[in-house]
Amino acid sequence: MGFFEKLRSKLMKARKSFFEGLSQLLKGKRISKEVLEELEERLIAADVGYETTQYILEKLKQNQTNDAFSSLKEILVELLEGNNQVDVESNKPFVITIVGVNGTGKTTTAAKLAAYFQSLGKTVVLGAADTFRAAAIEQLKEWGNRIDCTVISHNEGADSAAVAFDTVNHAKAKFKDVAIIDTAGRLHTKKNLMEELRKVHRVLGKVVEKAPHEVLLVIDATTGQNGLVQAKIFKEMVDVTGVVVTKLDGTAKGGIALAIKKELGLSIKFIGIGEDMEDLKPFNAKEFVDALLD
Amino acid sequence: MFENLQEKLSKVFKSLTGQGRLTERNINDAVRQVKLSLLEADVNFRVVKEFIDSVKEKALGEEVLKSFTPDQQFIKIVRDELINIMGKSSVSLNLKHHPSVLMLVGLQGSGKTTTAAKLGNHLRKSGRNVLLVAADTYRPAAIDQLEKLGKSIQINVFVGDRKNPIKIVKEALEFAKNSQYNAVVLDTAGRLHIDEEMMNELEQIKQLSGPDEILMVVDAMVGQDAVNSATEFDRRLDLTGFIVTKMDGDARGGVILSISHITKKPVKFVGVGEKIDAFEPFHPDRVAARILGMGDVLTLIEKAEKELDKEKMETIGKKMLQAEFTLEDFQEQLKEMKKLGPLSSIIEMLPGAPKVDLETSEKQLKRTEAIINSMTPEERRNPRILNASRKVRIAKGSGTTVQDVNKLLKSYEEMKELMKRMKHGKLKLPFKI
Ligand SMILES: Nc1nc2c(ncn2[C@@H]2O[C@H](COP(=O)(O)OP(=O)(O)O)[C@@H](O)[C@H]2O)c(=O)[nH]1
Ligand SMILES: [Mg+2]
Repeated sequence: MGFFEKLRSKLMKARKSFFEGLSQLLKGKRISKEVLEELEERLIAADVGYETTQYILEKLKQNQTNDAFSSLKEILVELLEGNNQVDVESNKPFVITIVGVNGTGKTTTAAKLAAYFQSLGKTVVLGAADTFRAAAIEQLKEWGNRIDCTVISHNEGADSAAVAFDTVNHAKAKFKDVAIIDTAGRLHTKKNLMEELRKVHRVLGKVVEKAPHEVLLVIDATTGQNGLVQAKIFKEMVDVTGVVVTKLDGTAKGGIALAIKKELGLSIKFIGIGEDMEDLKPFNAKEFVDALLD
Repeated sequence: MFENLQEKLSKVFKSLTGQGRLTERNINDAVRQVKLSLLEADVNFRVVKEFIDSVKEKALGEEVLKSFTPDQQFIKIVRDELINIMGKSSVSLNLKHHPSVLMLVGLQGSGKTTTAAKLGNHLRKSGRNVLLVAADTYRPAAIDQLEKLGKSIQINVFVGDRKNPIKIVKEALEFAKNSQYNAVVLDTAGRLHIDEEMMNELEQIKQLSGPDEILMVVDAMVGQDAVNSATEFDRRLDLTGFIVTKMDGDARGGVILSISHITKKPVKFVGVGEKIDAFEPFHPDRVAARILGMGDVLTLIEKAEKELDKEKMETIGKKMLQAEFTLEDFQEQLKEMKKLGPLSSIIEMLPGAPKVDLETSEKQLKRTEAIINSMTPEERRNPRILNASRKVRIAKGSGTTVQDVNKLLKSYEEMKELMKRMKHGKLKLPFKI
């Protein structure tokens, strides 16, 4: 099964529950009050949020289209398109940190991402800088075994910046292409924990120039409007460069990612569609919207 | 939590003051604002619709406008309706069997494993002999995680063959029966509600363990889809209730309204932090009050009454007023304070509490306590004997500096002075927050 089919089949359920009948509703139709009301409800139900929904509807109205369906698709693609690439060639080692609130799928994403780059022929090292949550280190190590990737770790409770430091030093010494650092989940409201993350980044920058080169915020597809607040504060505090939306294999749409893109300009870079190592895909706006609406 | 919704609603209510009567028109404005707020708070849009309809109906109905001002009237209607949706009162655990089995279920990453430890700790506090069971054999190191948590609170964790969840649960129950455990908490793997095979596994576990409680663990930050997963878990397992986690963040938690309305099952506990004791019973009426900006004074009072040794506090209070308050009393008071939970959760419950830098205050508090703990009883009772060498010893013992020790002594003296002067004033905490 090719990428497109797999993504499509994974997203089928999502499409069914909320967007079912949407093409019928909109195809070949002009914009009417009814169409707009229906659409508003559906976008809200997908966690797109009120403001972004209004923005999309406003654009749709302005387009004065004869085909509301393709017009909507265009708007969504345009909204989601941006800097969706991660260019690991741009530096060696290319340093990535994985950040986010508790339980969104950071550790799993770090491991899947390592497997992904390895599949492209890159050499990768993982850093277990979540030294806080019980057994988080063991979790990443087990993944390391599974995908055959070195994991640098210290003991539970150790300084996460020290783990990050050792990880990039290892990458340098062994000429690895990519270093991926898993960090502890933290609520954006906890100031000291956000400071700790800044320290991790400072340390990385001292070892490798301009590191981290990519800071990926992991957002769970089920996240509601609080996701926007999370993204805003993580961006302000630790210069997030992109978003990974996980758990899109469920029935949640991850619509908050649209709001995050629109309000903060943060593009989606990868999506998670399962718990296996191959269940991470580079994000592509057109395919994503197609799979969602077609 | 709920801060923004609270702010929004209060704006709505302000715009109603001075308008004399609730008319169709001004209600429509307010109703629209409430609707948007609820949507922004992630209340499911269908629930919002029903909510709005009944608020509207009641606001325009006959029973209104008796002895209230319009805004009071509207607040009351909205509040009553919120409580209506969330359930009328707090619902406790219903444990009948011996041993009682409590089964935790939910989506991936909602916080089940941490919650299992918290729930175990809670049950033990109420006098039960608890066994934790690690039945999440899927997520890497989930078993290790529960083992570590169990160890940290000295509650045994049953792990069995670490492979087959059904077998683990079966053996754990045998073990519990033979070993005098009377409460068994099952941690299960996170799963999607549309994963047929995995949902089937839960049904099997339910059947063989006959749980008294089947609690779905839900993240406070989830959005509109919560009703889909909750409905499906409830349909398959007939849940007895919910535990909502990560309420210490700033998510507005509209999910609470949604899931309890759609499933008619109560939220029984909320998780308010990563520490094991950051776990509280859920009070629907109080959360509604909180949404409406009344602060959760009741929870604070109840907590304070339960945990504080009232008598001790009274004598301390008296001493403070008589300016006999020694550092020993201070130490005692800090201990009592700590039982209430982290400073942040106390402050949050107070209506109109100032926004303070809680982390710094908390740190300061810890430092203060460390210094006092490093003193001899003699020194605490009579700080005047503290000479330079004693101060050096105390600083060393508490991991602080002599400067810190001096600072504490100075503010203690100032406070005593203050106490002398405010004999008729209210009892105040002897430090700044
Ligand atoms: N269904 C599904 N589950 C996922 C996905 N990504 C992560 N998970 C699961 O979510 C749970 C939490 O993931 P974890 O990586 O430990 O989260 P962290 O706390 O952010 O590091 C685990 O059970 C993962 O298997 C995904 O894309 N789909
Ligand atoms: Mg993790």
